[in-house]
Amino acid sequence: MELGKFKLGGTQLKQSDIDRGKVLTLAQTPDLEYAWDDGVAIGRYLEELKNGKIIARKCNKCGRIMIPPRMFCELCWRATDEWVYCKDTGTVNTYSLCHVNWDASRIPEGEPLHLPALIHIDGASPGMGILHVLGEVDPDRIKIGMKVKAVWKKPGEREGSITDIMHFKPLRAARKKSKKKKSGGR
Amino acid sequence: MIGKVAITGLGYTEFSAGSPGTSFRELTYEAAAKAYNEVGIEPKDIDTFVCTSEDFCEGYSISDEYCNDQLGAVLKPVQTIPGDAIHSLAVGTMLVLTGQFDIVAVQALSKLSNMKTIPNMVNFAFDPILNRPLDEHYSYVSGLAMNRFLHDGKATREQCARVVVKNRANALQNPVAAYAADLTLDNVLDSEPVSEPVRLLDLAQVADGAIVFVICSEQTARSLTDNPIWVKGVGWSTDSPSLESRDWGNAVSTRLAGDMAYKMAGIKYPAREIDLAEVTDEVSFKELEYIEALRLFEPGRAGLALEDGRTTRGGDLPVNVSGGDLGVGHLFEAAGAQKLMEIVLQLRGTAGSRQIANAHTGLAQAWRGEPTTSAAVAILSNK
Repeated sequence: MELGKFKLGGTQLKQSDIDRGKVLTLAQTPDLEYAWDDGVAIGRYLEELKNGKIIARKCNKCGRIMIPPRMFCELCWRATDEWVYCKDTGTVNTYSLCHVNWDASRIPEGEPLHLPALIHIDGASPGMGILHVLGEVDPDRIKIGMKVKAVWKKPGEREGSITDIMHFKPLRAARKKSKKKKSGGR
Repeated sequence: MIGKVAITGLGYTEFSAGSPGTSFRELTYEAAAKAYNEVGIEPKDIDTFVCTSEDFCEGYSISDEYCNDQLGAVLKPVQTIPGDAIHSLAVGTMLVLTGQFDIVAVQALSKLSNMKTIPNMVNFAFDPILNRPLDEHYSYVSGLAMNRFLHDGKATREQCARVVVKNRANALQNPVAAYAADLTLDNVLDSEPVSEPVRLLDLAQVADGAIVFVICSEQTARSLTDNPIWVKGVGWSTDSPSLESRDWGNAVSTRLAGDMAYKMAGIKYPAREIDLAEVTDEVSFKELEYIEALRLFEPGRAGLALEDGRTTRGGDLPVNVSGGDLGVGHLFEAAGAQKLMEIVLQLRGTAGSRQIANAHTGLAQAWRGEPTTSAAVAILSNK
């Protein structure tokens, strides 16, 4: 690993030393597969996403309408009571402009940034929402508190996953104006 | 032990080969709700929580972050033990003994049906430089250990098979066991060879399930329940991880964990003072190896005791009345919780058709499975 401008004492080990077998290492890649049971609450949530709808679960004790839904209220410690449909619109609670991919490789200059955002969904209780990405938006014009709406995949393409929503786009203004500018969405 | 600590609440799900339709959170919630309801408490009454999980089993890095909601432990002091559930009970017990925590919840879960490449996962527990390049299925370690065990004259092959017949039959009386079966010795001895001398029916099969305990101080225990089960002693030990130089054929870490627990519990003659035991039988011969290591039978006598019926449900020292790992299912890190659970049910006198008469003191032992040498022991009593 090159450390760039930083210089350390001693004799540095170089990648080429390892590549040439001067230093013995053993490489192994984990081959692990999991298939998580989504359960009653998340199972229904995903099923409804496939239908193009966002569903929450309500606790009649604290009154919270919760997304993602859960079969028990973790604060009241009781079974939740009813299913409640929410809108597919919401408000940006917070967001980030990501210049790196998931593996830390940099997004090349001129290509769209990743725009993860926490969307507070209309109809759910404060603080409840969906972690997703923004799209069709000029990154410079994203604001906390901005109103957004889900952009869904076509019904036949949905598979019961949070990616059935492609991204959230601004309800008005802040829309992407020019193709030359950096923009979000994948 | 310096003070008294009791198991007061117990909640559990059934154990099954799979639990599709139920998430790991929903499984734990069921067990926790039952445990808290038993003693009429809510999460707000619980001072701290001890969970049990191993990241590779769960498929989450830092899986401990995902344990709170379903226990009612949000924004409460919570910690996770990446060991067996008996290690977690030991930690919970120590927390009560500090005097700073009066009521503690201890949780364990197996959702291993969701782990689709168990041989690969267990292979990752081996030394990457010295052992993994051999590319063997992990059961070979059990094969090596069993061969040495048989060679040393600790038991016969037939006696090992008899463990399987006994335990899977015991599970027929356990309504939550996953692998109850009425087998013959020949069924076991003629089953498919895996890593000889280990055959397919010598090996416990994976199961899902959740177990939650409520433990507390003496004063609180007496106010919460009429039948507290006292934690008299706990012990744990781990040998060198080296497969090359461990003491094959001798379960040294279980011996030491047992001695530590006996000392704490003031037990001098385990064979006379322990009324029943639940020990690891993840591989058939382990049961015989461990009950000897735990001084419940003289060296070389465990197999004979089994043949004489002494470890069956009606014997003088029943072992794995629940069905053990072979009958209930292999629960990985939650294994010890199932063993504790059986002892609690027996000592409360609520074990139904498999109830043992006059049981006062029970022992639970768990081993963390291949290729580990970690063992933990707890001694429980209703007096």
